[in-house]
Formats: sequence, C-alpha cells, structure tokens
Amino acid sequence: MTEIRIAGLTKRYGERTAVNNLNLTIRKGELFALLGMNGAGKTTTIKMLSCLTVPTAGDAILLGDSIVTGRSAVKKKVNVSPQETAVAPNLTVMENLELIAGIYGSDRKTAGTKAARMLSVFGLDEVAGSKAKTLSGGMQRRLSIAMGLISEPEILFLDEPTLGLDVLARRELWDTIRKLKGEVTIILTTHYMEEAEGLSDRLGIMAKGELKAVGTVSELVSLAGGARTFEDAFVALATRQGAGA
Amino acid sequence: MRFLVFASRNCKEIVRDPLNLAFGFGFPIVLLLMLTAIQANIPVSLFRIEELAPGMAVFGLASISLFCGMLIAKDRSTSFLMRLFTSPLSASDFILGYTSPMLPIAVMQCAICFAVSIFLGLAMNVNVLVAIAVLIPAVVLFIGIGLMAGTVLTDRQVGVMVGAGLTNACAWLSGIWFAPGLVGGWFESVAYVLPFVYAVNTARAAIVGDYAAIFPQLWWVIGYAVVIMTTAIFIFRKKMDNDDM
Repeated sequence: MTEIRIAGLTKRYGERTAVNNLNLTIRKGELFALLGMNGAGKTTTIKMLSCLTVPTAGDAILLGDSIVTGRSAVKKKVNVSPQETAVAPNLTVMENLELIAGIYGSDRKTAGTKAARMLSVFGLDEVAGSKAKTLSGGMQRRLSIAMGLISEPEILFLDEPTLGLDVLARRELWDTIRKLKGEVTIILTTHYMEEAEGLSDRLGIMAKGELKAVGTVSELVSLAGGARTFEDAFVALATRQGAGA
Repeated sequence: MRFLVFASRNCKEIVRDPLNLAFGFGFPIVLLLMLTAIQANIPVSLFRIEELAPGMAVFGLASISLFCGMLIAKDRSTSFLMRLFTSPLSASDFILGYTSPMLPIAVMQCAICFAVSIFLGLAMNVNVLVAIAVLIPAVVLFIGIGLMAGTVLTDRQVGVMVGAGLTNACAWLSGIWFAPGLVGGWFESVAYVLPFVYAVNTARAAIVGDYAAIFPQLWWVIGYAVVIMTTAIFIFRKKMDNDDM
C-alpha cells in the first residue's frame, strides 16, 4: 500500500534549484532513507513533505492528502525530528513530551499517559524530571525523536537523526529506530553510509537536488556496476551524470 | 485551545531562567532601593517615590520585550520553532502563545515594583491599582516590540538591540530620572516623539490621583501599542507564510 506519492516535486530559491523534479513512492511501514552529501536536497525534501516549505512545482500526496492543498490535514498525520535537536531547554523531559502531545490535541490526562509510555519506550524514565538542557547530546536526540512519535504520527521524518553523536549514542539510537520499523512509515535523511545501509528497507540517493537512484542496498550495488561496497555504489551513483531515478 | 498549551510552555521557559528573574524583577527593585537611599541623604527632592515608582515600573517593562524577543529568537535558532511549524498550531496560536504569557508576567512585575515602593513610603490606595491598569497599553507595546525583535533578529542581536538599546532608550528618554526639558533641544524633541515619557507620565498621574491628566498622555501609548503590535503580527505572519522563519 502506498503511503507517500511524490510527483515532480521541485523547490527553487531564486536562481538556485534545491530539489529538482523529484518522483518517488514510499510504502506503508517502510523505512526509507534519503542519502546524499551536504547540499544534496535531502533536508529541503523533508521540509516540503512535512509542510514546512511550499514546493515551487509538483506535489506529494501523503495518506490521501496533498502537501499543497491539504496542509492542515497532512500536519495532523506527520511529525518531524529536525536535524538540530529541537527541545524546550527549561522544560523537563516529561513536560517536553506532554507539550507536544497537548499541541496535537491530547487532553492533560491523555498527554500524561502517552508521555509515560514514551519515557518507557525510549529509556528516559530516569531523567523524566530533569530539564532537557541538562541531558547529553544522545539523550536529547532520543527525547527529540520521542517528541516526534508522541503524536502517534503515521509518517515520521527523521532529519539526520545521529548527526554529531558519538559511536555509542549513535548505536543506541539505531536500536531505537529499528524498533519502530513496521509500526510507522519513516523517512530518514543521512549522509552516513553505515546508517542508511543498516536501517533502511530502501534508499534514495540524492545529489545536486536530483534523485539519482532508488532501491534496496543490493539493488543499488548492482545498479552501480562493479561496485564492491555500498559506499563505492553510492559514490558511483551520486556522481553519475545524466538522468535521475 | 492549543495555544494555551504552547503559552504554558513559554511561561515556564521565562520564569525558570534565573537571568530573566534577576534582570526583569531584581534590577528595577535594586534601582528603587538605591535611588531611595540616595534621596534620603540629599537635601533636594530628586527621586520622590511618587515619581520614581511609576518610572521604575515602566523601566522594568522593557525587560518584557527582551524576554519575548529572546524566547522567539532562540526557538528559531534551535529548530524548536521548525518542529512546531510542522504541528497543527496555526499562526494565531503561535502569536497568542508567545504574547499571552507576557501580560500576567508584566502585571506581576508592576505589582512587585509598586509593592516595594509602598514599603519605601508610597501611599497604599486604589491609585496603585489604577496605575497598573493604565500601564496595560505600555505592556502591549513592549510585548509588540519583543515579538517583532524575536521574529526578525537573532538571539544575539535581540540581546544587543533590545537588552541594551531599548533598555537605555527607555531609561534616558522617559523622564524617569530627570525631565527631558532639562536637557532640551533634540533630546527633548526625541523624548516627546517616543512613547516612553507618556507611559511614565500616565502612571505618575494615576499614582497621585490626577485622573484628568491620564488620557491625553495615554493616547500616545495606545497609538504606539496598536501600530507596533499590528506591525509585529503582520511581520510574523508574513515570515511564517514565506517559510522565512
């Protein structure tokens, strides 16, 4: 079943084209990774799909609603964990979770129940009463993702979820993301090969605003022709001239 | 009423910051105590409590612009606002959420300032309540300045422009310490174009029970408050609609 259908999605900032004619479908429950170097257009794509930025051309249908004409409906079904950790620093971990639940329409009691469940799922029980600004980078990122999930979105966008984390924190977060697979459709952006390879069901390789290739890891390695590793395949596909996926 | 959930968060962010408490509540009180002590030791009437208390109340309100501006600017710089922009919160929810907590904080600030002044010799009567009431348009004006500053400036720029610039303008051009006419010339002209001196005069008239003198002055403050707040809301909505936050 198709969850997201993207057709001709384009974003231009003046003369610069950040995303050019993106066409893609993503299935329900899939973890899809958008892989690319800095400036490839990954974050702009996420911003358009999450209704933060209006496309210059094209559209995307998310669970039957357009990101151009049905922004309010889309916003109720999606949530985002932005690239930079986005938490309220002087609120406790529990209060941060209750805040997002409340904003998405939960009453006080329901927000408390949902927050308690998120604390348990993300291993944040011990720091529930701590102010968010006192947490380590890894814990803040975990809280940020928990805040993205507390609204029970059908689609979750994770923009560079492990950027700047140390190896241990990164691996812990990968375990957390793996547990979410199948329960919610996840679009993840990253420029870490290992992360994309280890977590995703399918990947899209972006370069210079264009989607160069789409497929599973093995499909992309085959597509690159002669690549020995996934990293070789990524480099070959990202730098390949000509038509995109 | 999603804005109430957001407003509650904003209120917590402000009152839990010790710097805010020190600058917004502590500093005007320290000045009150210091200037009253000076008055007690000099033969001329320079800092009479009936004139000083309303002036310090207006001076303290400048910190409301700083609280509001810093909060919005920091939310923008940390991606917290980006997270919230993908939520179902509307532009009105954001504006009400940021501005509504400032009103009770500002009233509390004025009340504390007058309470300390009563301890220092200000007559305790209904005029104190009238003075707080006539300062409400000034509160709206300072909130509007904060909303505008936070929308267009970075948190560092807000610190400089509002924390230093506005505070000094409010301190020197409002007639708190001396009548602008004593300097005369361009200084006096500028002071009587800006709203601060009118806000101080309004509260002073209220404190001494000269109600007839309130309204000619208050119109200036109301006019500024309406123009600044309307402009701030327009800029906020415009930047939000143009993906320019």
